[in-house]
Amino acid sequence: MPTPAQAIRHEYLRHNKKFPHVWCPGCGNGIVMGALLRAIHHLELSKDEVVLTSGIGCSGRMPTYLDFNTLHTTHGRALTFATGVKLANPALNVVAIMGDGDATAIGGNHFIHAARRNLNLTAIIINNSIYGMTGGQYSPTTPFGAISTTSVYGHIEHAFSIAELAVTAGASFVARSTVYHADLIDRLIEQAMQKRGFAVVEVISNCHVQYGRRNKLGGAVDMLKQFKEQAVTVSRAEKLSPEELEGKTTIGVLVDRELPVSTEEYKKVRRRAHESGDKV
Amino acid sequence: MMSETTTPRRLLQGNEAIVHGAMAAGCRFFAGYPITPASEIAELLSILLPAADGTFIQMEDEIASMGAVIGASLAGVKSMTATSGPGFSLMQENLGFACVTETPLVIVNVMRGGPSTGLPTSPAQGDVQMARWGTHGDHPVVVLAASSVEDCFSITVKAFNISEKYRVPVILLSDEVVAHTRECVRLPAQTEIKVVDRIRPSVPPDWYKPYEGDSRGVPPMAALGDGYRHHITGLIHDEHGFPTQNRHEIERFHKRLTKKITKGFSDIQMSRGFLLEDAEIVVIAYGSVARPALRAVEDARRQGVKAGLLQLITLFPFPRGTVSTLLKQCRAALVPEMNMGQISREVQRVNQFDCAVVKHNRVDGQFITPLEIFKHLIKL
Ligand SMILES: Cc1ncc(C[n+]2csc(CCOP(=O)(O)OP(=O)(O)O)c2C)c(N)n1
Ligand code: SF4
Repeated sequence: MPTPAQAIRHEYLRHNKKFPHVWCPGCGNGIVMGALLRAIHHLELSKDEVVLTSGIGCSGRMPTYLDFNTLHTTHGRALTFATGVKLANPALNVVAIMGDGDATAIGGNHFIHAARRNLNLTAIIINNSIYGMTGGQYSPTTPFGAISTTSVYGHIEHAFSIAELAVTAGASFVARSTVYHADLIDRLIEQAMQKRGFAVVEVISNCHVQYGRRNKLGGAVDMLKQFKEQAVTVSRAEKLSPEELEGKTTIGVLVDRELPVSTEEYKKVRRRAHESGDKV
Repeated sequence: MMSETTTPRRLLQGNEAIVHGAMAAGCRFFAGYPITPASEIAELLSILLPAADGTFIQMEDEIASMGAVIGASLAGVKSMTATSGPGFSLMQENLGFACVTETPLVIVNVMRGGPSTGLPTSPAQGDVQMARWGTHGDHPVVVLAASSVEDCFSITVKAFNISEKYRVPVILLSDEVVAHTRECVRLPAQTEIKVVDRIRPSVPPDWYKPYEGDSRGVPPMAALGDGYRHHITGLIHDEHGFPTQNRHEIERFHKRLTKKITKGFSDIQMSRGFLLEDAEIVVIAYGSVARPALRAVEDARRQGVKAGLLQLITLFPFPRGTVSTLLKQCRAALVPEMNMGQISREVQRVNQFDCAVVKHNRVDGQFITPLEIFKHLIKL
C-alpha cells in the first residue's frame, strides 16, 4: 500500500515527463508544489478541470511536472492567459503560479488589474526576494540593503509587500504563508481555490542559492528557521505596534471579502445583450 | 442560380465589416485595448459578442490582450484582437508564443503612420515587414491585406479559416482608409459562408501527442478541459509538449512548423488579377492602395498602355509563384505603397527576370491617388 504522500505523488505527478526537475536541492518551490497537490486532492477536483498557468522563472516550471492542463506562458503574463482561459470556459479551475519578479515587476500591471477585475481565479506567488532563474538579480521584493548580482554594493530600492498590493488592488481573498508553514499553505490554497473571486496566496520562500548565500542567511534549513522566527499570525499581528512588526512576516488570511465577481457579472451582460436584441 | 437567401444591402465601414466577418467565422472571444483607428472593432464586438454568448474584454494593455486571446483559443474558442501600430508592437511577445504553441487566432492591425505614436491617424502601410518578422526567432505566420469594406468581411472569414486549418496566427492588415471608408455592401448569408474549424483529436487521451503533425504537419488540437491533459509551453518542445534540448527534436519541430505552411501555399496564397493577360506593365499593390492602382491601370489602358494589376491579398508567405510569372511576362513592375518599399523589396527578391521593379512610395500621411500612379505608370 502506498502512503498517502506517495498516493498523491503517483496520482498527480506526470508519468510521461522525464524527471529530474530543474530546481536546486532544498528549493522552496517543491514545498509549494506539494501543498498545491494536497489542496487539489483534498478538494477532490477532477484533473481534467484544473488548469495551471505559469510565467517564466524557476517557479514557472512547476506546471511542467503536474498532470493537469498546464500552460507555461511568457514572463509576467500568466494571469493574462488565465483570464482568457477562465472567460472562455468558466467551468475550469484556473490557478496561476508566479515568482515575485514575474508577478510584480514585468507582470505587475497584470497582477493589479487581475485583482481589480476580480475574476474567479487563484494566484499563487512564490516570493523568494530574488530573480532565481536568471542568476540572482534584485527583484521588486528584494529588501533595502540586500546584496544581489545587480546590487553588489547594497540594494537602494524598497520592497513591495505583494499581499498588501493585492489587498489594495481589490482582490477578494488575500493570504500569506511561508514555506516553513507547509500545512498552512495547504489550507490557504484550498480556501483560495474555493473562494468566489480573485484569490491570492503569497508564499515567502527560500532561494538559498541565489539569495541566501549572498546575504549570509545560510542554507535552505537555516532560511526556513528564519521564516519560522519571523512569522506572526494575523491575529497576533493585530496586537503589535508597527515597531514590533518591523522585520516580521504576517501569515494567515489578510482579507476575505465578498465582491461582485466579473466572471459572474458577465453572465448578466450577456442577458442584457440578449434582451436588448441585435440593434446593430 | 439565384440564391435562396437575400441579405439586405448595408452601409458599413471597414472596421464594422471586420466585426461581421469575425462573427460569421465563429469568433466568440475578443480581448483588446483601445486605439485609433481600430477602436470601432472593439466597440461593436462588445455589443455583438455577449448577444451571441461570446465574450468581450478590454484588457490593461495589448500584451495582456494577446495573452487572453491565446488563453481563450487554447480553451477552444475562436479568438481575435484588433489594434494599430503601437499596440501591435506590444503584441509581438505573445504573438511569438502563439506561433510556437501553434495557437489559432487573428490579429487585426489597422495601420497608421509610424514609427512610435507616429501619425495618429493618417493612413500608412508601414507595418508590413513587422507583421512578418516582428516577433523574435524563425516562425511561421500568415499576413493578409484587405482593400475594401467587402474585403474586410470576406478576408476576415478567410483569416479565421486559415488560422484554424493550419493552427497558425493570422495577421490581417488594414489601414486607416480601409477602416473608415463607408461603402454599401451585401454581406453573404451565413449559409453561403464556408467556415473551417480546427481539427480535434479523435484518439483516446492516452494516445494523444499534442504536437505530432498529421499528414499536413498540423497537430489535432484539444481544448483545455477536454480530457486531453497536456503541457503547453513557449519553450521548444517535443511531440508531447515537453521542453526539449535534443537537437533532432528541435530541428524536427522547426521544420514541421515551416513545412505545414509551405504545403498549404496554394490554399493560403491569395491574390486577384485585373487585365493581366496581355499586360506588359504590372502594378503590384495591396490594401487600400490596390483601389487607386486599379483606376490608374484602367486609365492607362484607355491610353493604349498595356497595364495590369496584381492585388496581393496574402502578403506572407509571399506569393512568389504568382509574382514571378508576371515578372517574367512584363517589362516593368510598379509597386505603389504607403511606406518606403516594404513589399517592393519582396518583389525585387523574387525577380530573376528582365523586369524593372520600380518603387512608388508615399510616406507623408496622404493616400496615394490614381493620378500619381497613372503618371508614373505611363512613363515606364
Ligand atoms: C521578457 C523577458 N524578459 C526577461 C526574461 C528573463 N527572465 C527569465 S526568469 C526571470 C526572473 C525570474 O524571477 P522570478 O519571477 O522572481 O522567479 P524565480 O526564478 O525566482 O522563481 C527573468 C528576468 C524573460 N524570460 N523574458
Ligand atoms: S535558483 Fe533559487 S529559486 Fe531557482 S531552483 Fe534554485 S533555489 Fe530555487
